[in-house]
Amino acid sequence: MSDVRTTPTSDRGFFDEGQYPGIFAWLLSTDHKRIGLLYFWCIIAFFCVGATLGLLLRLELFAPGETIMSAQTYNATFTLHGVIMIFLFIIPGIPAAFGNLIMPIQIGARDVAFPKLNLFSWYLYITGAILAVTSLFTGGGPPDTGWTFYVPFSAQTSTNVSLAAVAVFILGFSSILTGLNFVTTIHRLRTEGMTWMRIPLFTWSLYATAWIQILATPVIGITVALLFAERVIGTGLFDPAQGGDPIMFQHLFWIYSHPAVYIMILPGMGVVSDIIPVFSRKPCFGYKAIVVSSLAIAFAGSLVWAHHMYTSGMSDMAVLVFSFLTFIVAIPSAIKVFNWLATLYEGSILLDPPLLYALSFILLFTIGGLTGLVLGAAAADVHVHDTYFVVGHFHFVMFGGTGMAFFAAMHYWLPKIYGRMYDKTIATVAWAIMVIGFLILYISMKIVGMQGMPRRYYDYVPEFTSLNQLATVGSWILAVGLVLMFANIFRGIFKGDPVGDNPWGGASLEWQIPSPPPMENFGEEDPVVTHGPYDFTKAGIL
Amino acid sequence: MSGHVHKDYTGAKFGMWLFLFTEVLLFGGLFLLYAVYLARYPQEFISAGKELNVWFGGGNTMVLLTSSLFVAISITALRRGAKTLCLRLLGSTIVCAAIFMVNKYFEWSAKISHGIYPGSDHMKEMQPGEMVFFNLYYLTTGLHGLHVIIGALVIAWAMILIKKDRVNADDWVILENAGLYWHLVDLIWIFVFPLYYLILH
Repeated sequence: MSDVRTTPTSDRGFFDEGQYPGIFAWLLSTDHKRIGLLYFWCIIAFFCVGATLGLLLRLELFAPGETIMSAQTYNATFTLHGVIMIFLFIIPGIPAAFGNLIMPIQIGARDVAFPKLNLFSWYLYITGAILAVTSLFTGGGPPDTGWTFYVPFSAQTSTNVSLAAVAVFILGFSSILTGLNFVTTIHRLRTEGMTWMRIPLFTWSLYATAWIQILATPVIGITVALLFAERVIGTGLFDPAQGGDPIMFQHLFWIYSHPAVYIMILPGMGVVSDIIPVFSRKPCFGYKAIVVSSLAIAFAGSLVWAHHMYTSGMSDMAVLVFSFLTFIVAIPSAIKVFNWLATLYEGSILLDPPLLYALSFILLFTIGGLTGLVLGAAAADVHVHDTYFVVGHFHFVMFGGTGMAFFAAMHYWLPKIYGRMYDKTIATVAWAIMVIGFLILYISMKIVGMQGMPRRYYDYVPEFTSLNQLATVGSWILAVGLVLMFANIFRGIFKGDPVGDNPWGGASLEWQIPSPPPMENFGEEDPVVTHGPYDFTKAGIL
Repeated sequence: MSGHVHKDYTGAKFGMWLFLFTEVLLFGGLFLLYAVYLARYPQEFISAGKELNVWFGGGNTMVLLTSSLFVAISITALRRGAKTLCLRLLGSTIVCAAIFMVNKYFEWSAKISHGIYPGSDHMKEMQPGEMVFFNLYYLTTGLHGLHVIIGALVIAWAMILIKKDRVNADDWVILENAGLYWHLVDLIWIFVFPLYYLILH
């Protein structure tokens, strides 16, 4: 955008401008870019741990019977895989890491509205993460309830569920404060000329996400607090022996945890919405429709929680209503997909790695979304409920969707943040390997689930052996792709060639300042915005 | 942010209001459970509700309403430059918070001495709905009591800042936000009090 004058004080931008010496330049920094990188590296570390656990689960399922771990270890492993991937990777992934890194720059701000609170959120995240990991090695052993912590089992098991509940509470608090910070930032700190309809779609998606974080997360806070109270002081609000109802736990849990899947997916959709116009060299088709659909997903997604509970004994009327509402959510999701395809149509497409990852998002998310409709239909869901079909479905939307979008964001924005480029050929090869491994792994899961294999067992009947072995081989291919991708991008951002200000030809504000950005993003004067985020002609890109 | 002093009062209050939404939703989970269980066990809720002493609850309501008045006046006092008056009013608010907690202590003690507490033998002999009622009662008033303590600490922190002149007649958004938080603590009690002490009689 025009009229952006910056005066870089050094080639390494904010990396050279820490306020405190040594490690404290990071641990005490209130700069949104440093906090974003703190999140980023923690999230990557937890992703690697979670992925390793996932590989171990697949290895156990390579053959029927006990292969490498006992039933109890298997229960603890899948619980931990779920808790780490959900609460430490996917939920904070794009908003906390890339939201912090990029969002303030995209709206022409020098930082978020509450920089100290932002740092505090990171400390809460780390505290929650440490407690979650501590719960494995202390108390009565690692939690074995699955990430959903369903009562009555979670209230009775002797494993360390109490500490894990505290960890979830603290992580939720961190998520709330980040959401609150982002909403205030987007309302208050947009620079001159940055009208609501000129906000880049990534920031729009963060805005919708932040509202869900604010409005849904407190409910899981009270839910895990009640679980904690039930375990520690015996207030059995979910205990039938004391007049309580376990189903109420499920309702409260999903009132948060279903909207939470939109906390996970919406920022991913925002990343894709930002990447596709840049690599098509065309303004985003249906900008307003994408904005409205983000808000519609945030709204409608808050009304569908009980579709996780068709088999819990709700009334038929409730099942029908929630099934209907679930189908409603498919509409704004489909609006986005069609708009992305329309943006690509007749564009001058540049097949660079960020676009490839974004395209795989569209493919995998669409498959995941369509299988979601199978689950949303009450009659079909009763057949596949709690089978591997469900596991396949949510890995398609969460890993194939949000995970791929996270990788797309890495390939798109890390060169901006570090000022250096990775090897694009290796990135493309790694992407291809990952997608192949992904499809083998999770399509096998869906088929074996359709055939009736239940989830959360370390054992299965011999009929399912071949598909499980195929899935496990797929997990190895996927792992090879992941290792190659990470190795390439991390080598690139530390040792690659300098990229200049605008390696991809983007028109939004983050591409108009130096790479890496300087301390307060913009020089003495705030930028003045005169056109939309995808107006490549006025930005002088085309 | 070196060198840049960025003051955005609207933004600061905006953020505080968002935070208050989250507090309302936190308690919302408990109110939701109250609604569902009241619909399921109306008779048992009424019989258990009679055990609660309306004078304890009513007295605490008066104490909290008075404390909110003190906070509201204290903000006006500070804006008009009456720093000492402001500090006295805030001190009175903290005294009110202390009275509330002492009152609550005696109320809970009376219940516990009658053998009504989670996991007690007496509770186990009650009807299911009565057990739910008392569990909810302890959790809701306990969580609210925790918020009273946090609110008092926030006000004490604001008092320290006022004493140091970091919060003053020209820069008082921190006090206003602390006041907003205290009003929320008050407001939640305004809903807890009738639901547990009044409508079941």
